[in-house]
Amino acid sequence: MSTSILDVRGTKCPVPIVKAKQALDKLAAGDVLEVHATDGGSVEDFKGWAATSRLATLDAQRVEQDGTGATVYVHVLTRKP
Amino acid sequence: MNAILGAPSEAADGPPATALPPPGELAELVAREVARQLAGFRSETERARADLRERTPEDRASIVVFSGELDRVLAAFVIATGAAAAGLETTVFFTFWGLSAVKSKTATATQKGFKQKMMQLMTPGSSEGLGTSKFNFFGMGAVMLRTMMAEQGIASLEELMAMARELGVNLMACTMSMDAMGVQREELLDGLTYGGVASFLASATRSRVSLFI
Repeated sequence: MSTSILDVRGTKCPVPIVKAKQALDKLAAGDVLEVHATDGGSVEDFKGWAATSRLATLDAQRVEQDGTGATVYVHVLTRKP
Repeated sequence: MNAILGAPSEAADGPPATALPPPGELAELVAREVARQLAGFRSETERARADLRERTPEDRASIVVFSGELDRVLAAFVIATGAAAAGLETTVFFTFWGLSAVKSKTATATQKGFKQKMMQLMTPGSSEGLGTSKFNFFGMGAVMLRTMMAEQGIASLEELMAMARELGVNLMACTMSMDAMGVQREELLDGLTYGGVASFLASATRSRVSLFI
């Protein structure tokens, strides 16, 4: 079980979910992926993605500020078996 | 009369009684008949299940791209990449004006008739030549839309198409409309599949999402 971070800051729909899917493909069951996005739409998008995809569960979403003061939306996903 | 012949009195209003086989043989006959009927029922259920399975939507998405405008093709590819990222097996079917989106910038076709050559001249030569559906102003609108999208960090149509291929989206060109529009395989991108309405429907009837753009 590992935790990795995927930085998709600056990208817009549908890139965050596409990159997340590709990153999750490489993970093992139980591994955690933290997606860091700046696209505000990604909050609802990851909820929708988790409801459709069988690849991972969406465990948490939180809002942070990065070094530059920009708002970062963090989506915590766990790879399903 | 009946009494004399010794026949049971109930036989008078029912069907004529036949001699029953001995109990052991009777049980075997019943068992055989039950097994026969059960087997028939089972195979019928199996058939119905297979039929149903064939018609039940799977995790698939099918999109028809009929339009050849930048904004419409963009919408199609955003949905196609999103669907593929969500684990749907996605097919994008290019027909009529949509074929321009999958034309190769470098490839050229030879041996075309006059009408086909005219059609080629009047349609975009690749995805980069697509105009917008509104306010195109001879291509200025498309340039402006592409610039605005780039400024916002939104993926370009070409990036989305590359992403779709990476995700295994099936890009299928409609052969009938290729003939109708005089488009040859040599003009289109590598790695496309080719098919007709039946190929599309084979995918669409089993899709959860089916769109015509």
